[in-house]
Amino acid sequence: MRLEFTSEKPIYLQLAESIEDDILKGIFDEDSQIVSTTELSVQLKINPATAGKGINLLVDEGILYKKRGVGMFVSIGAKKLILKKRKENFYQSYILSLIEEAKKLNISKSDIINMIERGNEND
Amino acid sequence: MIEMRHLTKTYDTFKALNDINLILEENKIYGLLGRNGAAKTTLLNLITNKIFPTTGEVLINKQNVYENDKALNEVFYIFEKNLYPEGQKVKDVFKWTKEFYQNFDTNYANSLANKFGLNTKKKMKELSTGYMSIFKDILALASNAKILLLDEPLLGLDANHRDLFYKELIANYIASPKTIIISTHLIDEVEDVIEEVILLKNGKLIVNQSVESFISSTYQVSGEESKVNEWLHDRKFVGLEKIGKYLSATVLENINDKNIKLIDELNLEVSKVELQKLFIHLTN
Repeated sequence: MRLEFTSEKPIYLQLAESIEDDILKGIFDEDSQIVSTTELSVQLKINPATAGKGINLLVDEGILYKKRGVGMFVSIGAKKLILKKRKENFYQSYILSLIEEAKKLNISKSDIINMIERGNEND
Repeated sequence: MIEMRHLTKTYDTFKALNDINLILEENKIYGLLGRNGAAKTTLLNLITNKIFPTTGEVLINKQNVYENDKALNEVFYIFEKNLYPEGQKVKDVFKWTKEFYQNFDTNYANSLANKFGLNTKKKMKELSTGYMSIFKDILALASNAKILLLDEPLLGLDANHRDLFYKELIANYIASPKTIIISTHLIDEVEDVIEEVILLKNGKLIVNQSVESFISSTYQVSGEESKVNEWLHDRKFVGLEKIGKYLSATVLENINDKNIKLIDELNLEVSKVELQKLFIHLTN
């Protein structure tokens, strides 16, 4: 779990994304229990209402589900759902801002493609 | 629920607190913010009937607090001034507090003292500023009162103890929900802990809303001077800052997709404003 928040986005969104990251990395497996809202609030020092909002967002999207009296679990198929959502966001948040920044720096389209290839080789 | 109606406190001709109308809902954590002299402590003293309003009234659960011990028994108030006899030991104050607050949890108080490294055999006069704050914080947390008023609960606490305090406060709040008002200057640190902001400026209430809606009702715009000025024309803003030809300001309106697009077309940048920064701009 990422413990530091930045100021750019609301905390509940950052919390939700952080849990998604952990699901993608396999820190939280599908159909396994995740930490409780209480533990999240206390450890991250955030208001429980905020933590609840972040968790509920993931419940609404079907990424988490509640087992009554037990706690919060990762849905089966959660990884796939997150990947799909993240891919849709990829264009919006990375490609468009990449093109914008490249414009500022006068980097041509072919230069960008070269850079991507260079990055791939170094990966 | 705490209700303040037309609450005003005047000293001679000076209006310390000016016509405050405020409702504090049950089981929420409020941040009472304001610069030195904004009348934060005056407000807390009025809520607890330590001082009397010049006009207006305070109701706790629909009951006027004026000489009303029953209503005030729901409240635990910690404040800067130390009222405990200086020869008294911490553990004796725990015992004594139990007399007044029957729900005071001595075991919990001792376990908190242990976590914070507070020696309960120490006398009041032997406590440092930081440990005096910790001692009072522990009294409040263990009181099991329905309403906690914490005036500068972090005074003199080191970073480790502040961290521990926030965690214990939240754990306590989740285990037994209550109304908590924290008055502090450490805005950055409490931003995520509190749910609602009460902002006083020169004795007047200028903000009373959730942290989230307060922050999202503003945004920072920055970029080339003339473009920024073009954007600011006809808009309400605060905190104009200039570095060379670069200008930034905090705009007091909700950000929406349409705005973002228009700002983008002007080659300007938009970002979120942090609570502390907003505080500085609004109270300067």
